[in-house]
Amino acid sequence: MSDEVKKFLYVNRKAPYGSIYALESLEVVLIGAAFEQEVSLAFLDDGVFQLTKGQDTKEIGVKNFSPTYRALGDYDVTKLYVEEESLKERGLGIDDLQYLTYEDEDDDYKEKPSIKVVSRKEMADIMAEQDIILSF
Amino acid sequence: MAYEVNGNIVEHDEEGYIINLSDWSKELAEVIAKSEEIEMTDEHWAVVNFLRDYYEEYQIAPAVRVLIKAIKKELGPEVGNNKYMYELFPYGPAKQACKIAGLPKPTGCV
Repeated sequence: MSDEVKKFLYVNRKAPYGSIYALESLEVVLIGAAFEQEVSLAFLDDGVFQLTKGQDTKEIGVKNFSPTYRALGDYDVTKLYVEEESLKERGLGIDDLQYLTYEDEDDDYKEKPSIKVVSRKEMADIMAEQDIILSF
Repeated sequence: MAYEVNGNIVEHDEEGYIINLSDWSKELAEVIAKSEEIEMTDEHWAVVNFLRDYYEEYQIAPAVRVLIKAIKKELGPEVGNNKYMYELFPYGPAKQACKIAGLPKPTGCV
């Protein structure tokens, strides 16, 4: 394996159900996590709905994959950026999102929150820092 | 393609993963294990049960590296290490144990 670590950002802009984007993105992230790159996820526009808690898909007959976001920490995916403006525009706040955590190996395996709410301006800066951006 | 348990037919795909996850039973697990040439011991069951709990909670079958790390945390380093896990499941702990546990092929298994 190449020793060059690249910064990957997966950008999620779509609602979790009604299209395949959200689930595909999550699966690519989980598969890609094996390659030991620096991975972070961004959630903006309707993509912020992917992280909401209390999802119930019974009536639409598809699998509720929202619990899988809780496994991201196990896959060492620890940086989930959520855009503040996108939340506000949809009447949401951080309390409407699942509480996602990871264990920090460098800090005695302390549990830390994975989600970070950032402004649109900060999100632009985060995007500018990346080597590779994948949009879903 | 199918397994047979007590006269019941349980369909599986070309790799041996069952199609309907709700078809799973302990008896079926024994049948799948036999077709994988594995004799189920308490240690095998501990891993299989762990995987079923993991799937129940997260809706995915974990990749092998994640599985071993999680087992180490849950059941201790004597079980949760590569060598021991491959002794239990010689053709890959995630792949074989998931198959026996009646789960889909692990996510992140290429």
